[in-house]
Amino acid sequence: MQRKMKVNGTVFLLFITIAMFALMYIAGMIIFADKGFAKPQMFLNLFISNAGLLVIACGLTLVMITGGIDISVGSVVALVCMVSADLMENKGFSAVQALLVALLIGIAFGVVQGYLVSYLEIQPFIVTLAGMFFGRGMTAIISTEMISIKNETFLAWANAKIYLPFGYTNKHGMLVKSYIYPTVVVAVLIVIMVAVLLKFTKFGRSLYAIGGNQQSAIMMGLNVKNAKMRAYVLDGFLAGLGGFLFCLNSCAGFVEQAKGLEMDAISAAVIGGTLLSGGVGTVVGTMFGVLIKGTIASLITTQGTLSSWWVRIALSALLCFFIVLQAIIGSTSKKNAKTGEIHKFTKRKKAA
Amino acid sequence: MAQQSKTSKWNQIRHAKLFMPIVCLLIVLLLNVIQTPDFFKISMNNGVLYGYLVDIINRGSELVILAVGMTLVTAVSGGQDISVGAVMAVAAAICCQILSGGAVSTNTLAAPIIVAALAGILAAGLCGAFNGFLVAKLNIQPMVATLILFTAGRGIAQLVTKGQITYVRVGSYKVLGGYIGSCPIPTPVFVAILTVIVMQLILKKTALGLYLESVGINGSASRLVGLNSTMLKIIAYIICGLLAGLAGIVASSRIYSADANNIGLNLEMDAILAVALGGNNLGGGKFNLMGSIIGAYTIQALTTSLYAMSVSADQLPVYKAIVVIAIVVLQSPVFQSRISKVTQRKAVGNAA
Amino acid sequence: MEREIVLSMSGIDKTFPGVKALSNVDFKLRKGEIHALMGENGAGKSTLIKVLTGVYELESGEIHMDGFDGPIVNHNPKEAQAHGISTVYQEVNLCPNLTVAENLFIGREPRKAGFIDWKKIRSNATSVLRNLDIDVDPDKQLAECSIAIQQMIAIARAVDQECKVLILDEPTSSLDDDEVEKLFDLMRRLRKDGVGIIFVTHFLEQVYAVCDRITVLRNGELVGEYETEKLPRLDLVAKMMGKDFNDLADIKSEHEVVIDDKTPVVIDAKGVGHKGTIRPFDIAIRKGEVIGLTGLLGSGRSELVRAIYGADKADEGELYVNGEKVKINKPLDAMKHGMAYLPEDRKKDGIIADLSVKENIIIALQAQRGMFHLMSKKEMEEAANKYIKLLQIKTASMDTPIKSLSGGNQQKVIIARWLLTNPDYLILDEPTRGIDVGTKTEIQKLVLDLADEGKAVTFISSEIEEMLRTCSRMAVLRDGKKVGELTGSQLNQADIMKTIAGGEAAKEEITIDEEVAENGAAV
Repeated sequence: MQRKMKVNGTVFLLFITIAMFALMYIAGMIIFADKGFAKPQMFLNLFISNAGLLVIACGLTLVMITGGIDISVGSVVALVCMVSADLMENKGFSAVQALLVALLIGIAFGVVQGYLVSYLEIQPFIVTLAGMFFGRGMTAIISTEMISIKNETFLAWANAKIYLPFGYTNKHGMLVKSYIYPTVVVAVLIVIMVAVLLKFTKFGRSLYAIGGNQQSAIMMGLNVKNAKMRAYVLDGFLAGLGGFLFCLNSCAGFVEQAKGLEMDAISAAVIGGTLLSGGVGTVVGTMFGVLIKGTIASLITTQGTLSSWWVRIALSALLCFFIVLQAIIGSTSKKNAKTGEIHKFTKRKKAA
Repeated sequence: MAQQSKTSKWNQIRHAKLFMPIVCLLIVLLLNVIQTPDFFKISMNNGVLYGYLVDIINRGSELVILAVGMTLVTAVSGGQDISVGAVMAVAAAICCQILSGGAVSTNTLAAPIIVAALAGILAAGLCGAFNGFLVAKLNIQPMVATLILFTAGRGIAQLVTKGQITYVRVGSYKVLGGYIGSCPIPTPVFVAILTVIVMQLILKKTALGLYLESVGINGSASRLVGLNSTMLKIIAYIICGLLAGLAGIVASSRIYSADANNIGLNLEMDAILAVALGGNNLGGGKFNLMGSIIGAYTIQALTTSLYAMSVSADQLPVYKAIVVIAIVVLQSPVFQSRISKVTQRKAVGNAA
Repeated sequence: MEREIVLSMSGIDKTFPGVKALSNVDFKLRKGEIHALMGENGAGKSTLIKVLTGVYELESGEIHMDGFDGPIVNHNPKEAQAHGISTVYQEVNLCPNLTVAENLFIGREPRKAGFIDWKKIRSNATSVLRNLDIDVDPDKQLAECSIAIQQMIAIARAVDQECKVLILDEPTSSLDDDEVEKLFDLMRRLRKDGVGIIFVTHFLEQVYAVCDRITVLRNGELVGEYETEKLPRLDLVAKMMGKDFNDLADIKSEHEVVIDDKTPVVIDAKGVGHKGTIRPFDIAIRKGEVIGLTGLLGSGRSELVRAIYGADKADEGELYVNGEKVKINKPLDAMKHGMAYLPEDRKKDGIIADLSVKENIIIALQAQRGMFHLMSKKEMEEAANKYIKLLQIKTASMDTPIKSLSGGNQQKVIIARWLLTNPDYLILDEPTRGIDVGTKTEIQKLVLDLADEGKAVTFISSEIEEMLRTCSRMAVLRDGKKVGELTGSQLNQADIMKTIAGGEAAKEEITIDEEVAENGAAV
C-alpha cells in the first residue's frame, strides 16, 4: 500500500507534466484552430524552435540529478553564438571549424566549473553564477555589435529542410509535407543518448547515487568527484552544442542573446520531474518540460497582442507551481519513511 | 622566543575578523595609486566634492545598502538572494510610475515623493516576502527560489512601465541621488551611512543578529529553543527586499528615471562578492556586517578603477567573475587544507 | 595454535587539529575469526576503522594484508575494497532514491555489451537476498524499507563483495532481536568461510555471543588484545573505563522523595495525540517526580514528549499546565509555560555548532524573552559562568565554539541552556547517549537533584538500568500508543519487558529471565 503511494510520487509528477502539456496543446488547437495550431507542423515547430534548449536542458538534467545546478548556460550560448559568428564572418573560419570551437568552449566551461564544484567543493550556484557573468562579459569583449552569419555552409545547414512522409492537405487538395531541420534530429538523438546514458551506464547510475546520498556514494566506492566532474563537462559540452543549434536558428551573435535561457532550461527540468534536491529526474520528463515551455511561447505568439516577456512570467509561475508540488510530495514521503522505524530496546537481551 | 611571540601576534592579526576585507581594499587602492597617480586627489568643483575616492564612496552607496541585506540573508539561509538587482528595478518602476501618474515622462509630480518612494520600497519588500516564503516555507534552495524573480522581476518592471523608460524631470526627485542644497557631499553617501547605522543599532539592541546566526547554523535546534526559524528567514528576506527597494530608488533618482532593463543590472553579483570579500561564509551562520560593507567599497573601488582603465560596462562582469572565483577558491576548506599540506611538506623538506 | 593472520596494522597514528585520535595502535585480525573492537566514545574505534578503509589518510604506521607483499595504503573506500576490505557503517550508507537491487550492485553492475544488464541485476539481487534470508522485493525503493532492512541490505552488499575482511561498525544499533540473531548466523557462516570480521559494538552481550577475540582501545591508545573466553565482563568493562566505577552504585537510595496524590500535578495531558506519530494519550506528571518513558525505538517515546512540547504540534486533546488549560502551537509556547526539552539527537537538534558555549547557554532564555529584550553582556556572562561552574563543563572559555567540546560537555551545555530558563517541567530525551560513563552518572545524579528541587522530569533512555536508577514511575509505549504505567514494586526488568512486549509476553518470558540474570553481570 505504502509502496504504491511512493512510486506514484515521482510518476505522478511526470503524469501531471504530460497531462498539462496535452491539455495546453489541445486548448491551443481549439482556440487557435484558424491560425494553424492544429496542423502537425505546429507540433514539429515546437522541436524546431527549441532544439537548442532541449539539448541544454538535457545537460542541466544531468547536473541537477547530482544535486547541482548550472546557471551559466544562457551565457555560454551567447558566447558560442558570438564566437561562431565572429570566426566565420571576420576570421575566415569554416562552419565545421566554428562548430568544433563552439564545442570546445562548452567543454572548457564544463571543465573549469566541474573542477571547482567537484574537486574544490564550492557551491555550484556561486561557481556557475560567476560563469554566467564571465560568459556574458566575454561575449561583449568580442563584440558589442550584432554579427549576422552569412557563411554558406552554415546557412545551408540552417535551412536544410528534412521532409517527413506526412503533413496536411491544403485547400487545393494537395498534401503539404511536414518538415524538420537537422537541429531537431541532433536534439532528439541527444535526448535518446542521454536517456540511455542515465539508465544503462555505470556513470549514469552513479549520478543518481550521488544525488540520493553523496556520502553513501563515496562509501560504496564510487568515484564521486570524478563522476560529478564528468557530469559538468558533459553539461558544458551540451551547452556548447545547444548553443550552436541555437545559432543555427538565429544565424547571428549578439550580447543579449539567450538571456534567461538558464531559467528556461531549469524550469523545463523541474517541470519534467527533476528534483531540485537531486537524485530523481529523467530526460524524457525534461523533454516534456521543454515542450510545455514551447507551447506557452507559441500560444502567446499566436495570440499576438501579449508581449514576449509574458512567456517568462508564465514559465516562472509554472516553475513555482511545480516547486510547491515537489515540496508537498517530498514532505509526505518523509513522513512515510518515519513510520518505518524499528525498535531497539529488546536487542539488549538475547544474543546468548 | 621573541620570534615566536611576534609570529603569534601576526597570526592574531591575520585571523582577526576584518583582516581579509581590509587587505583586499588596500590592494585595490594600491593598484589604483600605481595606475592613476592623482587617485587620492579630492577637489571642490562647482561647490561639490570631486575625485576618484568621492566617486567610489558615492557610487558604492547602493552596493553597501544591498550588501547589508545580502549579509543577513546569507547568514540565516546559507544562500544568496540573486533577485536584488531585478527588485531594484521593480521598486524604481513603481516609484516613477506613481510620480509620473502613469505617463512616460513628466515635469510635475503626480504624487508626493515620499509616498511614491515608500510604495516602491514596499513593493520591493513584498518581493522579499515572496522569496522568503519560498525559502522558509517551502524549503527551496535560496538561489533557485530567487532565480524566479531574478528572471521575472525585470519583466514585471517592464509591465509596470509599459515597456518604456519613465522619466521624472523634477528637481526635488534628483535630491536623493544628487545633493541636498549646497552640501558638497552626495546624498547617497548619507543614505548608505544611515542604513548601516540603523542596521547596526537593530543588531546591537535586539537579539536579531544572534537569532539569525543561530537559525543559519542549526535550524531545527533553533526551533526547539523557541526560535521561529521560518519567520526569521522571512524577516531577513523582507529586510533584503526593502533595502533593495531603497537602493533602487536611489539609483533611479540618480538618473531621474526608471529604466527597467538597466537599474541594478549585475549588482546582485557585486553584492554577493561584497559579502564574500567581507569574510562571511557563503554557507551561512556567523556573519560580519562591517566586513560586508568594506567588501562593498572594495568592489566599487574595483569597478571604478576598471572604468578608469577604460573597460566598458558590458565587459566588467568578466573581471568580477574572476575575482569571485578567486575569493571562493581561497575560502574553500578543501583548497586551504591542500595549501597547508603543501607548506607543511615544504617545512618538512627544509627540516630534512 | 595461531591461525593465519589476514590483516595486521601496526604503529597507527592519527591526529586531528588539537586532538591525538590514535597513537601507536596495533591491531591483528586472523582468518575466520570475529574480532570485537571495543572502547568508550572517543576511544578511537571509528578513527581506526576509517584509517583502515581509507576514509582518513594514514599518517604513520603500516597496514599489511594477506596476499599483498609489503604494506598497503588505502586512499579511499574503493581501494580498500580492492584490497578485500568491506565495511558496513553505523549509519546506513545506501542511496534512498534507488531500488534495493541497485543499491546492492551500484558501482559493480553486471554489464552486457557495455550496458547495464538490468535483468541480471534483478536476478542476482534476488538470489543474494534469498541466500541471506532477507525478505524484501528487490524492485522496492530503498527509502520505503525499514531501517533494519536497509541495514541488512548494506551488509548483504558488503558480504557479496568477496571480502577477506568485513568491518561491521555498530550494525546492530537499529536491529531487533530476530534480525540481530540472523546477522549473527550470517557472521558465523562467514567465519566458517574464513572471513575475518571486525565487529564494533557497544553491547557486551553481543560481544560474548559471537566474538572470538577482543581488542580494547582507550583514549586513542591500545589497551590490549584478549581472547573472549579468558576475559570476564567486569574486567572488560574495567579495561574500557580505565577505572573502577563504584560511582554506578545505586545512586537512587539517597534520593527518596515522596510523591503521592496530594503532590500538585504540573503537566496533565488528556487525549493529546499527533497524527501518524503518537495516538491520543493521557499522562499526568507531578511536581518533584521523575517519570520514565520506555518502549521500543519507534514506539512513540520521543513522539509523546514532542507532542507535549509542541515540537510536533498536537492535533487533538487537551493539555493542562499547573491546572490551567493551555494551547501549545510551537516550542516557544511550551517554554513560556515552563517546559524545557533536551532532544534525542544532540548534533542535529541540540547544539548550535558554531556559536560559543555562552551563546548556546543563553539562547533559550533569550528566545523566550523575545527579540527586543536582548540580555546585557554582563547578564550573559554571569549566566554562562554560573553553569560552567555548576555543571563542571570542561571548556577553554565561554567564548569557545561548542563544536570543539566533547560530547558529554556539549550535553551539559544543553542542560545548562534549559536550567537557565528555570523550567517547572524538564524533558530529557536520551540525555546520556554517546556519553562517557563518568558524565553519564553525573547527569543521572543531576536529574534526581532537580526532582528534589521540585521540578517535574520526564526521562527517556534506551537503557533500562539507567531508568530504574532514576525514575519513580514509568510509562510504557508500544506502536505509537501509551499502553501502561508502572510504579513501585512493578519497576523491575521483568515487568517492564512484559509490558513492552504486550501480547507476546508469554513468548518473551524466557528471554526476560535470561536478561535479568545477565544484567547482574553486565553494567
